[in-house]
This record gives sequence, structure tokens and C-alpha cells, in this order.
Amino acid sequence: MAEAEPLLEARNLVKRYGQVLALDGANFTAYPGEVVALIGDNGAGKSTLVKTLSGAIRPDSGQIFVDGKAVSLSSPLDARRHGIETVYQDLALAPDLDAAANLHLGREIYRVRALQILNKTEMRRRAVAAFKDLGVNLPDVGAPVASLSGGQRQSVAVARAVAYASKIIFMDEPTAALGVVQRERVLDNIRRVRDRGITVVLISHNMPEVLAVSDRVEVLRMGRRVARFRTADTNVEQLVGAMTGALTTEDEPGPGSPGSGSPGSDSPGPGSPGSASPGSASTDGRGAA
Amino acid sequence: MTDTNATADAGTAGPGHPEPPAERASFDVVRLLKRTFTTNESWTFIVLIVLMAVFTGLAPGKFLTTSDLSLISQTTAPFLVMAIGETFVILTAGIDLSVGFVLVLSGVVAGEYYVHNGGANAGIGTIWVGVLIGLVTGAAYGALQGFMVAKLKIPPLIATLAGLGGAEGLSYLITGGHDVATVPNKLASSIGQGSLGGVQWLIVISFLVTLLFGLILAFTRFGRYTYAIGSNPEAARRVGIKVDRYLIGVYALSGLMAGLAGIMNLAYYSTTTISGHPLDNLVVITAVVLGGASLFGGRGSILGTFIGVFIPEMLAAGLIIIGVNQYWQYILTGVVLAAAVYLDQFRRRLRERA
Repeated sequence: MAEAEPLLEARNLVKRYGQVLALDGANFTAYPGEVVALIGDNGAGKSTLVKTLSGAIRPDSGQIFVDGKAVSLSSPLDARRHGIETVYQDLALAPDLDAAANLHLGREIYRVRALQILNKTEMRRRAVAAFKDLGVNLPDVGAPVASLSGGQRQSVAVARAVAYASKIIFMDEPTAALGVVQRERVLDNIRRVRDRGITVVLISHNMPEVLAVSDRVEVLRMGRRVARFRTADTNVEQLVGAMTGALTTEDEPGPGSPGSGSPGSDSPGPGSPGSASPGSASTDGRGAA
Repeated sequence: MTDTNATADAGTAGPGHPEPPAERASFDVVRLLKRTFTTNESWTFIVLIVLMAVFTGLAPGKFLTTSDLSLISQTTAPFLVMAIGETFVILTAGIDLSVGFVLVLSGVVAGEYYVHNGGANAGIGTIWVGVLIGLVTGAAYGALQGFMVAKLKIPPLIATLAGLGGAEGLSYLITGGHDVATVPNKLASSIGQGSLGGVQWLIVISFLVTLLFGLILAFTRFGRYTYAIGSNPEAARRVGIKVDRYLIGVYALSGLMAGLAGIMNLAYYSTTTISGHPLDNLVVITAVVLGGASLFGGRGSILGTFIGVFIPEMLAAGLIIIGVNQYWQYILTGVVLAAAVYLDQFRRRLRERA
């Protein structure tokens, strides 16, 4: 099936930190309503890529497209305006505030706007609704986040992202700090978010988890996208091979090479030269979703 | 901890969460009571009551007569006002050491204005201008310190220590080392010594300020962002809060409060008392910490500070009445401060372990 336009597309992103080239002409694509996993070894550039796409840092060069339109994401607020939310690895919650306050942090609802008097009742009501929507049972939305378990905190951060994301949620290593049971809940959260039509970009180290929850996988190595897979057609060996360099399915030209800058030459997938592996760059990546 | 998590997780897994409303309600009441009795404010209040009981027992019939209470409230008023500002600063995980010195500086600047504009016989208009000058001096000085903290990334301890030195030096430079003792009579007789319906103006002002900023902290965006910034500045930044601007605002508020305290001090003593406030910061910070504010930021309240500020003053008054040298006050205040911070650290460790 000829799949829809990419929802989010990054072309040829370059980001240099002093001598270190964190992104070396990286590409990335996410389609509407899918869970796409972004994997790569330590230092492959995953975090830099995510930060770039969520507006936390600006790339030195390259382009980002949302719904086919070139955008400039110079701050997290810019990204938000395009419907992009991020669940950070450290969750970015204020532990002394309660769940309802955290959910609305930076987007408070007012009782008297002119005096900036908060409408705590309404914020609490919406928080309860948001958690219920997500199937999360918080015993007390009025308790400080510090008193919640790791999994519950994670749920608060996810609920916050879901409440405002209209298009995409980035989740940076969401299960890294969690136990088995809570990890399962996070994966459930991811599926629920996807089922609401929001694209989830999952950054993870955990291969079984990636295979369990994603529809597609994109692999970064040394600052470049080196492979794309449909989850249904791949396995741990292939993923690890792509991450370590044993297997390369797409050889994207670096920023210095001629032709690399021409938009469209690389979009969406099948046209890119040298893509040989089955399943790679498949545009019906949503699979069974 | 683990137990509650397990039940919460199990609850999520289940399809519905039928809960009898009555049970739910009583559960909430229990939780509310529990929360009330574990709050820092209630502990501070208990400490205050114990202190009063001890002094009353040691000096029956002498401690806590009505005139005592009124005197304590009156001398406490400038401390209370400064402690309100300090509460906001400490909530952001900062500290303002400069309060007593900004108090003096603001008083000096206002005093100099009065000396050159009507002196003791200055009219109401002049008095108001002088008050405004004192307030602006404090706020501007605080904003400068906030700038050092927020923009220049100088740790608050150092920024306000430097500010303390600056304020002290400026006060001496402006006055040449001699207190300005020419204060408009109308200022001294109204704000300084006068009263409103039997309550001294100093008390009225300090209570009104407490009420106003208590409401601001509890119910407005400024208050919520103050907590958020102290709790996790990076999180605040990521949701788009202009953290630097709020920090400057919070330090400016502390300066403003010190400026107001400076005017109150000037009116009360009818002189600038240049060398009279070297330990105000000790008293004020102790009050805020006793009130349950955490030096790590994010936790504390105006109510707590309000109760906390009376503890050092109660100590001072009590010691005088039972005939102990009043300089013990500072030693005891220091001990109390260290103990309060130790308790906070201890609680924090417990929480992190859990």
C-alpha cells in the first residue's frame, strides 16, 4: 500500500560538539500512527537526534519537515506548537509538586486570568480524567510526585505528553530505570498512545522490548541512519548487526557528498540507493497496527 | 512503599475500579489528617508552644503578658517581612544573606532623602516619596543579586554575600558612618509608633504582607513556578518557564521586602541603625527553615515561616525575662538552625531511601 506522507522527517542533520561529530548527516522518518523504535549503540547519536527533533538543541545543518513542511525547531516550545512532545529519560517532573500540578506545568488553567490565580480544582479534574484516559490508576493526584513509585512517575510524564501531543511523542529510554512489572505498564502505555493515533518514537537499548512494541525500527550508527526495518520482518540478530556495523542496509551519503542535500532523493524509503535488505525502508511500516 | 505500588499496579491492570464512595471519602479524611500532622508547619507550631510553655513555667506570671506579646510582635515585624521574601528565595533552592544589610541600605537612602527634603517636618507627600525610594532601592538591589544568580550563574550564597558587603559599604559611604537620625515626625508617629484600632501599624503591615504573599504563593502562577523552579529547574525550563526571569523576580521580591523592613525600622527607631543588623540574616533564615522550608528548594510555606519567625524572638524575650544574658539568643538560634537543617537532611535521606 502506498503509505501516507511521513509525519516527521529529518534530512541530513549535522551536529558537531567540538571535535565530536554527534550527527553526521542523519536522516529519520516517522509515519502517522506508528510506533517507530530508534536504536543504536551508545554514542550513535540517538540522544542528539531526539534533542534536535524535540527542539532542545539546534542542528548545525539539515532540515526537519513536519507534515511535509520545513520547520525550524529552536526551542521545546516550537516543537510543542507542532504537536511534538517528549518524555525525557529523567521524566522532567518537579518532585515536590503533585501529579496534577506537574501535568499542567507551564500550561496552567486560571480562575482569574488577569491576576494569574490558578484554578486548582479544574486542573485536578482534568488530571484525573487524563490519567483515567490512559488507564493509569493514581491513588492520589494531590500527592507530591516524589512520593510515587517509579512506574507511577513515568505514567505522570507520559500522561502529560499525551495530554498535549497532537502528533508525536518521543520517549527516551522510558523503561531504563524500571522493574519488570512497571516496564510492562510502560509498553502498554505506548500501545495505548499509538491507538489514539499519535506516533510514538521509542528510543531504547532493549531489543526484546523494541520487537515487542514497535511497528518499525530505524538504526543509527556513528551519527547516521544505517538501516530501517519492519519489525515483523526482523529479529534481534539483524538489529544488533545493524547497530554494530556488521550489517548495513542503507548507505546514506554524508553531508559533504554531492546530491545529499536534494530533498526527496531519499524520501520515503524505497528510492534510496543501495537499500537491499528485506523490509528495510519499507513504507508500509505500520505493519499490523 | 513497595506494597502501595503493587496495589496501584494491580488496580491499573483491572478493567474497572469500583470503589464505594463512602469508603473513599473516609479514606481521604484519614489521608488529609495524616498529611496535616506530618506537615512541617504543625511541628514548628509544636516547637513554638513548647517554648512558650517552658518560659511560662520558668517565669510564671511574667512571660507572655499582653504587653509582651505586643512587643514581641512589634520587634518581630521587620523580621517577618524579610522572612516572607526569604521564603520565596529558599523555595527556589537559593539563599539571601543580604537581607539585614539591604534593610539598612534602604533605610539610609530613604533617610538621606528625608534629610534633604523637609527633615523632621516633612509632609505626607514627601514621606510617601521617601517610602517609595526605600522600596525601590531594596527591590533594585535584590534584582541585581538575582541577575548575578540567574544570568551570571554565581551561586546564591556568594552572590548575596557579595551583595551583603556592597550594601554595607554603600550604607557607610552614603552616611559617612553616622546614622541618619532625622526622620519625619509624621512617619515615626504613624508607622513607627502609631496603631490602627489598638494594633500597632508595624504589626498590621507585617501581617498584611504575610497574608498577601501567602495567598500569592499558594494560589498564583508566580507561587507555583517558585516551587517548580526550586523543585527541578531543568524541568521548569523544559516546559517553557522563563526560569531566569522568575529567579530575578524572586530575589527582587526579597530585596523589596528588605526595603519595606528598612522603612519600618527607620520609622520605629527614628534612626537608620546602620550597625544594628549584622545577624538579621541568621534570624530570618532560621525562621524560614524552622517553618519547614527545605534549603534544597521546592518545599515550604508562608504559614510555616509565620510561625517560625516567632521562635527566635520568643527565645530572646524569654531569656531576658528569666534573667539569662540575651546574647545567648544568637547561640541558641544558631543551634536551632543547625538542628532544623539536620532534620531536613535526615528526612530527605529517609525519603530517598524509600
